[in-house]
Parts: sequence; structure tokens; C-alpha cells
Amino acid sequence: MTTLTRSTLTHLDWLEAEAIHIMREVAGQCERPVLLFSGGKDSICMLRIAEKAFRPGKFPFPLMHIDTGHNYREVVEFRDKRAAELGERLIVRSVEDSMQRGTVVLKHENESRNKHQSVTLLEAIEEFGFDCCIGGARRDEEKARAKERIMSFRDEFGQWDPKNQRPELWNLYNARVHKGENIRAFPISNWTEMDVWQYIEREGLELPSIYFAHQRDVVIRNDAIYPVNVPLAGGAIINPPKASEQIVNMRVRFRTVGDITCTAPVRSDADTVAGIVLETATTTITERGATRLDDQTSDASMEQRKKEGYF
Amino acid sequence: MNAATTLQDNGLLRFMTCGSVDDGKSTLIGRLLYDTKTILEDTLTQIERTSKKRGMEAVDLSLLTDGLQAEREQGITIDVAYRYFSTGTRKYIIADAPGHEQYTRNMVTAASTANLAIILIDARKGVLTQTRRHSYLAHLVGIPHILVAVNKMDLVNYDQGAFEKIRADYLAFAEQIGLQRAGNDVRFIPMSALSGDMIVERGDAMDWYSGPTLLEILEAAPAAHTEKAENFRLPVQYVCRPQDSANPELHDFRGFMGRVESGEIAIGDAITVLPSGRASKVKAIQIGNERLERAIHEQSVTLLLEDEIDISRGDMIVKSSEAKEPVKQLDAMLCWLAETPLSPARTYIIRHTTCESKAKVGAIEYRVDVNTLERHATQNLSMNDIAKISFRLAQPLCVDSYADNRATGAFIVIDESTNNTVGAGMAL
Repeated sequence: MTTLTRSTLTHLDWLEAEAIHIMREVAGQCERPVLLFSGGKDSICMLRIAEKAFRPGKFPFPLMHIDTGHNYREVVEFRDKRAAELGERLIVRSVEDSMQRGTVVLKHENESRNKHQSVTLLEAIEEFGFDCCIGGARRDEEKARAKERIMSFRDEFGQWDPKNQRPELWNLYNARVHKGENIRAFPISNWTEMDVWQYIEREGLELPSIYFAHQRDVVIRNDAIYPVNVPLAGGAIINPPKASEQIVNMRVRFRTVGDITCTAPVRSDADTVAGIVLETATTTITERGATRLDDQTSDASMEQRKKEGYF
Repeated sequence: MNAATTLQDNGLLRFMTCGSVDDGKSTLIGRLLYDTKTILEDTLTQIERTSKKRGMEAVDLSLLTDGLQAEREQGITIDVAYRYFSTGTRKYIIADAPGHEQYTRNMVTAASTANLAIILIDARKGVLTQTRRHSYLAHLVGIPHILVAVNKMDLVNYDQGAFEKIRADYLAFAEQIGLQRAGNDVRFIPMSALSGDMIVERGDAMDWYSGPTLLEILEAAPAAHTEKAENFRLPVQYVCRPQDSANPELHDFRGFMGRVESGEIAIGDAITVLPSGRASKVKAIQIGNERLERAIHEQSVTLLLEDEIDISRGDMIVKSSEAKEPVKQLDAMLCWLAETPLSPARTYIIRHTTCESKAKVGAIEYRVDVNTLERHATQNLSMNDIAKISFRLAQPLCVDSYADNRATGAFIVIDESTNNTVGAGMAL
């Protein structure tokens, strides 16, 4: 039995307690919520928080992943394994299905499918009638997120209007919506990348192997490390190098995992969580700056995607 | 021992900054982030690029808090922005609110979760109307620690006399609004955010000041709630009844889930459920499957009780010795947040902790001019107005006075037709 003797909470205790409170508010206020689970580190923390919020009961929401079809095999396998271990229902909806329906049209075959997740997400929201999607976004990731509410209102087109957000005071969240509208809830809004890693360390959470240092074939493209010849779960191989590019086998790890076409690894020897915590404390590049090829196009690209219904 | 616990953990402090860009607020935040090494190289490169693009010679630290495209296009700040830094021992959340009068609602929003407010004063200008407004609002929203930061000392030759005069002026005004009588802690610091004096480093220009630096004050400030013993309050968010027929242990499990908003509770304590008034004792306290002997303020827990009593979301669990009568009339200070004015004829929804009630306006006693603090009679309220008001409630609510308990004294007003949050209230 744990005996708490302190009179105040550590920062991780506080962040965890806040996140549990937010998830329970979603469960208490919304009729059909869903938790977005990608197999990435932030959503892995969210599952631990959901366990602490609702066990010994079942989660009052299913898990859902919007799969671009271009996700790392290790992450997709981990996603399925984790959902099965928890005994919770996992819904997977695929951008490829939206492409077949004709609702997602790529400009060209090699265009990144990342931003098209918004379409598939909105289709899934409509299919299941979800009134709230719980996501693992953090305010420290990007400046368009610094002003994001913990419970963020989206209209029936899934749009975020930065000029028309509900005031959010104290811990009194307002998740009321009319039919067709929905709420995006962000329980770990106030966490930083460092908090996430410290929490993973404290809770002993398991992660997909690509978060740890490993050898990988890459090329250097526009100053970023670009993974090449990546095998997908179905056996296909994507991201061929260009003819002029030289493949290098490098020791790397991923700070963030997402669609393969737009997530880059960093050079690293850190092969334990403790090692990653140390590296995170001494890094000189932000998480998205190092690794998200999609955010570097302009100052405002995240803001633009969010207005279109992106997380 | 793992890396996360090698440093002594001094918890988390939420604070807000009040002032306008002219006071050097953005520069101060930029300085805090920069000197605590929160700003990383790629962000710095980005603002260097932007500084050049805008024709500036030096890197403008205030660009670190530059906002959204929509804001830049209109040259305004729309909203409260949240920023983070850590000193290794303590984590900080800054609520950065725009300072102009029309943004009263943003200041109130930022203040609602802050335990300390930094009120910036330009050393050349002294105590201004906006200083009074910021202080009044910080006081209204119950921030217990006020740090008056006299900035731009470099522009008054680091003159101690200028600092002392501002301190005296401010204290006279603080007396007028009862800032210290209410038990608030008010401190003063001279500094230069631009050159970094007295923020993280002391610098060598103000040897006459022997007090702590701004960061030292932040490191030592108590985190929320720790100063006074508050009554135990646990609003029930969710009831867990697994009813797992395969697991006989869980068959009768009934867990009452919520956050300890104030006070603390231990196994064996006698509790009362409000508003029903039914009593029981605490049988167990859990976080997930982990068992605790007691729970303290701000912990999210699950309580198991000795007796089977009917409890649902919206009820409040309190210690039997600290029970309070629920009320059907609510007297409060209210900040109106919406563009559509308050209409006394309409019915609104009041959300208090995890409970909701329909509410009608009883009377608006007066409106406060946030610049002069004068009271005016009024029949309705517009955006950014602050008023003393009373509501009649359809459901009884377990309200404490906001001065006693920020968590159970606060409420929001919701417009049912739009579902928008239109008011923020503090019970008297």
C-alpha cells in the first residue's frame, strides 16, 4: 500500500491528476467520446491516464486510429498489441478507404497523406456519431497550439476558429455541443516533451522499438535525416531514395512517430528511457523542428491544418 | 534511482503576466525562457529570421511570444497563450494575457488558474490606470501572490529613488483596494528584462537591491492551495460500477471518482454527500488500482465508501464535520465574457464544479469601472463588464465563498442556445 506523506504534489503527480480530471469530465459530459490512439508516445501516456481514471471499470470510450497506411510497422503492431492487452475496443479507419471513396484525392502518387487524415477523421466522427475526440496534443509543440483550449470546440465541418473559441476558466470545462458539432479534448495540453518522457520513465511504460536508438538506412535531404526504403506492415516498401542520393546507415531514434513520409529521426545513442530523458534535457532543437517535415513549410502551417479539422 | 527523480521536485507553479507589450512583458517572458534555456536553437533561428524580415537589427525576444497568423494579420492579440519552462526543480506554466482594457475577459481567464501574478510597471511611467486595472482583477480573481515588477530600470539609470517612489505609490493604491488586508502577499522587484538584470541573473547595476531575483521569488512561491487549511471538497465526476459478473470481487464495486478540489481525506473519515445529506465513511482511496491511505488537494482519486448510498455526478462529497447547506440563491461578482450582452429576462445555465443548474438573474447591484473602481447602477452587462449580481437557481448548489475556496466558489455561465461560455462568476 502506498502512503502519501507529502503535502504537495510533484509536477508529474499534478499533471497526471489534471489529465485524469479532464478525461473524467469528457466521460461525464459527453455521450459518445472516442480516444485517439496512434501507438505514439503521447497517446501511450494517455492510455495510462485512462487506466488511472477508470479502472477497475472499462474505458467509457473506444480507441481509434486514423491510419494513413504509411505508418511504421513497429508502431502499428504496438498499437494493436496495446489495445488487446487493455481489452479495449480499437477502431481503425484508413486514409486509403477515403481515397477509394474519392473523398481524398492526392495531388500526385507520392504526396504525403498526413494532412488528409483530417478528412478520414471527420468521416469517422460522422460514421460513429462521436461528440468528442480525446487527443494527445500538447501546447508546447507548436505556437498554434499554445492558445488551444483544453476542450476545443469544432463546428460541423470540424473547423477550429481561433477567433471564436469558448473562454475556459478554472477547471470548469464546457463540452456542450449541438448535434453534428464536436469537442476535441486535450488532457495533456500542459505537458512538455520532457514531462512525457519523465512520465514514461516513472510509470515504466512500454514503447514501440523505434523510439530507441537503432541502425537505419537514411539519406540527408534538405538538412534533415530522411528514412528510406521503409517496409510497411503489408510488405510494401516506401520512401525510395532519389537516384542522386547516397544511403547512409546511421544510428538514430524517433522523437515523434507519425506518417513515414513526414517524420524524421534524430541521431542518437539513447537506447533506454533514462538515456532519452537525459538527451531531452540537453537537446538544442525542438521536437517538431527536428522531426516534423510538414511543419517547416511556413510559420503558419499547423494553424492552417487545424482550421481544416486537423488535430 | 532514475533520472526523473534525481532532482528534488518542487512541484508546479502557475503564474500570469499582466502588462502590455510596451511594458516589456513579451521581452520578460522571452528572457525567462531564454535564460532558463527553454528556447532551443531552431526557434531562435526562426525569430532571428523574422527579426531581420521586419527590419530589426538585434534579435527581438518578444517575438518568442508572437502569436497566430490571424493575430499578426490584424495586429492584435486574440487570446491567452500558455507557455512552459522548467528549472529542473520546478515546472512553470505562464498564462500570458494581453493587457488592454478590452481584454478584461482574457485577464480574468488567465488569472483563474494562476497562483501568482507579475504586474509589470514601466519605471519611467510609474503606476498607471492599467496597473490599477490589472491589480484589481488579480485581486478579484483571488491570486494570493502579487509581484510588482518595475521594469526598464536601465532607462532610469537604475535609480533606486525611482523604484522606491513607485513602490510607495503602489502601496497607497493597494491599501485602497484592500489588497494586503485580504492576506495577499505583495512584493516589489526592480529589473530590466531587456538586459536581464534581476530576472535570472542579478547583473551588476543594482547593488542597492538586496532582495531575491525574479526567478528566486518564483522558485520559493507556494504552489496552489498550500497556504491555508481548506475544507475537504470532492465533486463527483463519474461513478464506476464495473458489474463484472466474471469477477465476484468487482460485483459490488462502486467507486466515486473526482478530484480533491481542496482539503484532504483519509481512510475512516466520516463523510456527507451533498445535497442529499446522506452520511458514510471512507473505506478505500484509489488511483487506478493503486491504493492510498489519504488523498490531498488536487489529486484525482476514486473513493469507496462503507455504505451503499446513492451518489451520482454532480453530487459533492465533504467531511461530515465540514458540511455546508446547499443554496438556491447565488450572490457573486460576475465578469461578462460574450459579445451578446447579458439579458436579465433570459434563463442561463450555471456550471459549478461538476453540477449544472438553470439560473435566472435576480438583480444586478452595480457594475465596477475597472479603471476608476467606481460603482455604477446598470440594467444589463456587456462584454468585459464586471458586476455584483445575484442569481436564482433551479437546483441547489454546494457553493463556498470564493474568498474561502477558489474551486468551489467559482462558476461559469453558459448560454443554452449557443452553448457558449458567456460569464465567469465568483461567489460572495
